[in-house]
Amino acid sequence: MSKLIKRVFKFLFLHPGLVLFLLLGPPLIWMAGFYLAPLGTLLVNSFFHLDGFTGKIVHTFSLETYVQLLEPANRQIVLRTVLMAVSVTLADSILAFPLAYYMARFTSKRMKTFLYVAITLPLWSSYLVKVYAWRLILAKEGIITWVANVLHLTGVLDWFLKIPIIGGPSLSLSEIGIFLAFTYVWLPYMILPIQTALERVPRSLIEASGDLGANGSVTFLKVILPLSIPGLVAGSIFTFSLTLGDFIVPLSLGNSSFFIGQAVYSHQGTSGNIPLAAAFTMIPIVIMIIYLLFAKRLGAFDAL
Amino acid sequence: MDDKPAIIFNNVCRFFGEIKAVDHVDLEVHNGEFFSMLGPSGSGKTTCLRLIAGFDHPTSGKIELYGQDVSTLPPYERDVNTVFQDYALFPHMTVGENIAYGPMVRKVPKKEREKMADEMLELVRLPGLAGRKPSQLSGGQRQRVALARALINQPRVLLLDEPLGALDLKLRQQMQIELKSLQERVGITFIYVTHDQEEALTMSDRMAVFNQGKVEQIGSPEEVYEHPNTTFVAGFVGVSNLLKGAAAKQITGSDKAFSIRPEKINLVKSNTRVNDNMHFVDGHIKDVIYLGLYTRYIVEINGGDELVVVEQNRSSNSPENSTGRGDYVRLMWKIDHINKLDE
Repeated sequence: MSKLIKRVFKFLFLHPGLVLFLLLGPPLIWMAGFYLAPLGTLLVNSFFHLDGFTGKIVHTFSLETYVQLLEPANRQIVLRTVLMAVSVTLADSILAFPLAYYMARFTSKRMKTFLYVAITLPLWSSYLVKVYAWRLILAKEGIITWVANVLHLTGVLDWFLKIPIIGGPSLSLSEIGIFLAFTYVWLPYMILPIQTALERVPRSLIEASGDLGANGSVTFLKVILPLSIPGLVAGSIFTFSLTLGDFIVPLSLGNSSFFIGQAVYSHQGTSGNIPLAAAFTMIPIVIMIIYLLFAKRLGAFDAL
Repeated sequence: MDDKPAIIFNNVCRFFGEIKAVDHVDLEVHNGEFFSMLGPSGSGKTTCLRLIAGFDHPTSGKIELYGQDVSTLPPYERDVNTVFQDYALFPHMTVGENIAYGPMVRKVPKKEREKMADEMLELVRLPGLAGRKPSQLSGGQRQRVALARALINQPRVLLLDEPLGALDLKLRQQMQIELKSLQERVGITFIYVTHDQEEALTMSDRMAVFNQGKVEQIGSPEEVYEHPNTTFVAGFVGVSNLLKGAAAKQITGSDKAFSIRPEKINLVKSNTRVNDNMHFVDGHIKDVIYLGLYTRYIVEINGGDELVVVEQNRSSNSPENSTGRGDYVRLMWKIDHINKLDE
């Protein structure tokens, strides 16, 4: 028996290509079958269109669906979603950076472990639960309204909710509410990549900058920030694309206006317009591709 | 102003909890000299350098830079620059931008600072590399860029933290000579941290030997090598034979410890006559190690102590060459070549 095992191992040792195939084969087949194929199908479907009279899908190549996508109502959906994704990404990077910096530079080992757990802890519970919790927090009867009442700040809250576009009848039915929930649920995805990037900046670089005459803010702008851009980009890919594709948060918290995710959900479901749903799905993909090319152009990945 | 010492350490301590990294250090670095801080790792030499640079502050005591108390000044307000052990070049900037970082911080116009950077590249003999990224350079080239970047601000004192540690031997020896001549050209005070005693001896005008947070001896390379004050210095700087107690007494007549350098010892036939101005001791050769340039003998003397003797291989048929393992020999040296040591 052991002789057979020896021979098998010797054979594998002499055929490294076979080993590579055995290791990479299953995940590659999985990727191709369940990941790339659906994406391709999606792309193909977006070039079909729905016949307006029969309600049936016409399986010929046309740009009709994309023309449909450019209708004002649909443009509005795309714009609203993209603006939300940008705001959430900005807010998350501003919130995440100081914490990530603290974790990377100043913590003891134990404190760092504690913070890792604290940051990832919310990810252990269902995301639906958290969104519903936000609904309760933000509701008219919720804690924020109550605190505003106690502090006699109801006027401020009302003024805030009266701001057009982002306001609404209550926090839980406004863009502000959606923004708060998104910012909260995606924050861990921003902290961890930035923290990793900052951890890779050697202390000596920061000392060298100070040594050459730069005070803290110059060192931050010229050394720390540029070197943490790969982390910021990685984090923003998460927050940006997750916001672009999400439909649960706007469904639970928003008013009746749609986000891309909701549009996809309703087009492929109730109205059976699979081509338009597919075209909507292409938007986040295209935006992310453009974003990454732009980031690469800026040299975001040079230091990797 | 220039007559003032570049650096004065006045009873400086730096403790990290229980660990006394720098323990009551007093030293003075003269203006314009090449000063080395030599010691094994953990001896406090790098901490002293970081205290001068301002990356760290003393627990107690005072550090003066040209008469100014800088003990608690941040690094960016000190007229010193540092060449880091890992070079610490900014990976996202070109070589030119790295070198021009200091002027950039001082808001020197772009054109002007590019010209300054080119001049610095000329000085460190890397002309035309301004457009490269640090990752495209070899270790030796990075080292020169780090040097140029630190010198562009024309600091009054340049600190070098084992800058040659990562280079191979040939390049290191070449850079030692280049650094020394560069220092003479620019006339800036260099403070050089190293654990390599040969490097310190080669380059320094004066050197301080560190051990366990304390300065053991300060002096010129000749003084430190020829007249080590303590057992530690005698053992750390060069090779020394250390004799104490009974072994010392049988040679000098006193049991006070002393050291003698291997190259000061004459290895002769055991019946050789000894002059009055010489010490001698008899023993037998335990080992002979041929090293090309010279031969090293390990001689066991009466009482069991071992002495190292080196002899240059001047000619292949000298009587020394015929001595071999087990031979009885006499070791003798001039009395004034020994160093009486404080334990």
